[in-house]
Amino acid sequence: MNEFNNIKKIIIKKPLKLDCGVTIADYPLAYETYGKLNQDKDNAIMVFHALTGDQFASGKNPVTNKDGWWSYVIGPNKALDTNKYFIICANVIGGCMGSYGPSSIDKKNGKKIGINFPVITINDMVNAQFNLLDHFNIEKLFCVTGGSMGGMQVLQFIANYPDKSKIAIPIACSASHSAQNIAFNELGRQAIMADENWKNGNYDLENKSPAKGLSVARMAAHITYLSKKGLQEKFGRKLQERDKIKFGFDADFQIESYLRYQGSIFVDRFDANSYLYITRAMDYFDLSKNTNSDLSKVFKNTKTKFFIISFTSDWLYPTSENREIVIALNAINADVGFLEVKSDKGHDSFLLDVPDFLNALKNYVDNSYKK
Amino acid sequence: MKEEFKIIANSIQREKSILDVGCGDGELMKFIYENISKKIRGLEISKDNVQKCIQKGLTVIEGNAEMDLRQFPSNSFDYVILSQTLQAFLNPEKVISDLLRIGKTSIVTIPNFGFWKVRFNLLFKGTMPVTKTLPNEWYNTPNLHMCSIKDFVNFCNDRKINLFKSLALTNNKVSSINKFNLNFKNLTSELGIFLIEK
Repeated sequence: MNEFNNIKKIIIKKPLKLDCGVTIADYPLAYETYGKLNQDKDNAIMVFHALTGDQFASGKNPVTNKDGWWSYVIGPNKALDTNKYFIICANVIGGCMGSYGPSSIDKKNGKKIGINFPVITINDMVNAQFNLLDHFNIEKLFCVTGGSMGGMQVLQFIANYPDKSKIAIPIACSASHSAQNIAFNELGRQAIMADENWKNGNYDLENKSPAKGLSVARMAAHITYLSKKGLQEKFGRKLQERDKIKFGFDADFQIESYLRYQGSIFVDRFDANSYLYITRAMDYFDLSKNTNSDLSKVFKNTKTKFFIISFTSDWLYPTSENREIVIALNAINADVGFLEVKSDKGHDSFLLDVPDFLNALKNYVDNSYKK
Repeated sequence: MKEEFKIIANSIQREKSILDVGCGDGELMKFIYENISKKIRGLEISKDNVQKCIQKGLTVIEGNAEMDLRQFPSNSFDYVILSQTLQAFLNPEKVISDLLRIGKTSIVTIPNFGFWKVRFNLLFKGTMPVTKTLPNEWYNTPNLHMCSIKDFVNFCNDRKINLFKSLALTNNKVSSINKFNLNFKNLTSELGIFLIEK
């Protein structure tokens, strides 16, 4: 598993009461920044990562040695221009890239916390990350943004702190996890827990790893991030390094080989228990549960400008669910813009080189900063 | 800028809130934003046009007026603009009632099917009219419900819609429409511009 000697971290002293009732304090939050905070401190953007993301949104991820997950978006002259803006991205609590999570060491016994980690929510993640504003002495952010679970955090952030960001850009997300979303997450969790090496969550104590289960979870999830058309065009029925089918259960098809590969590289960088905790947090996400399903009420005090983006081929967080957010904001006459970007790359579109998305994001952010 | 847009912009008071339904590439919105009121938003069906609006720094929602107007609360805007789009709806009557509900004042413009050139086309050529304001052929026109200035005035009168300002536009010349010159204006005008209220 990953070692975290050279990553930036703050220790949050302030106690945080989690939704599950447990209070945590003195916990680490790992983060990364890009660009420079200006003197007026009005150019800060907080980026929230998705389920399997981390704080390394751009540049080279020092742990995996791969490009940051939002390299198409963040960088000099890119949509979130690091020549202009100061970008902060933290690893969510429950994660496994240095923030407080199931793979953190329990000070009491020197062992990994594992399944004794408290169940967390999107609300808890956002409240933990809010401490970064104090750390950088930022009174108000210019922008909060993120896709998928990152988008959910954007919505939660504005719900919790209606006057702490000038603009908010939730991308390819939903204000309430659907039954289908929960179903897919449950499939992933069951795959992990069915792995005999999961050991009721205590695999670290026994030096085991539920790699097979985690890998299957990733394979299943990966399918939901792509579109049928995208898969068909990329793989079709193409065979993997063979001329004809072999009448066995080896990876005959390229799509099989591709998914197996995606699963296998994932287990090197991600903790199985983190996968359980974070998917659970997503499933519990239902922003209007305390307002009688009235999403408008959640945002009633905000002056934040919203721009919501969805993708035509995203069937995991479809346009209709993104539109629900637009409708709720319209109902309270909030300043809201909306664009559905045409793309056949599925839910993953927000991570990929989709020029219509990148241009719209850049134009919106740059124009909003000028005003 | 189009004469039509100048007339619409001149009808709007400073710092009032505006929704431009079918705002296109945002040309009118941008003018209003820069000169009259910052409180302007748009609704537009074309993705390309939404992108152009974002490029101009305008707040626009991608959507279809027939589907998406219902989500706006009553009396949420001082003005709602509908420029030369009414004829393209499946149910213009429903759209007009939504406009009246959402806006305190609605500004509706229509290409006039009563214009003499249109009548001339049909009468003498025997073909569906193609003119400056109606540039498409019958087989590719987006227009489903064409009407004349007189039709629209009758429509408002029948429904007790307060039609408090009616203007006619021909060759960039503006004139008022009233009940005495209605038949004449219906023959000589390319475009009708109407300010209506509940």
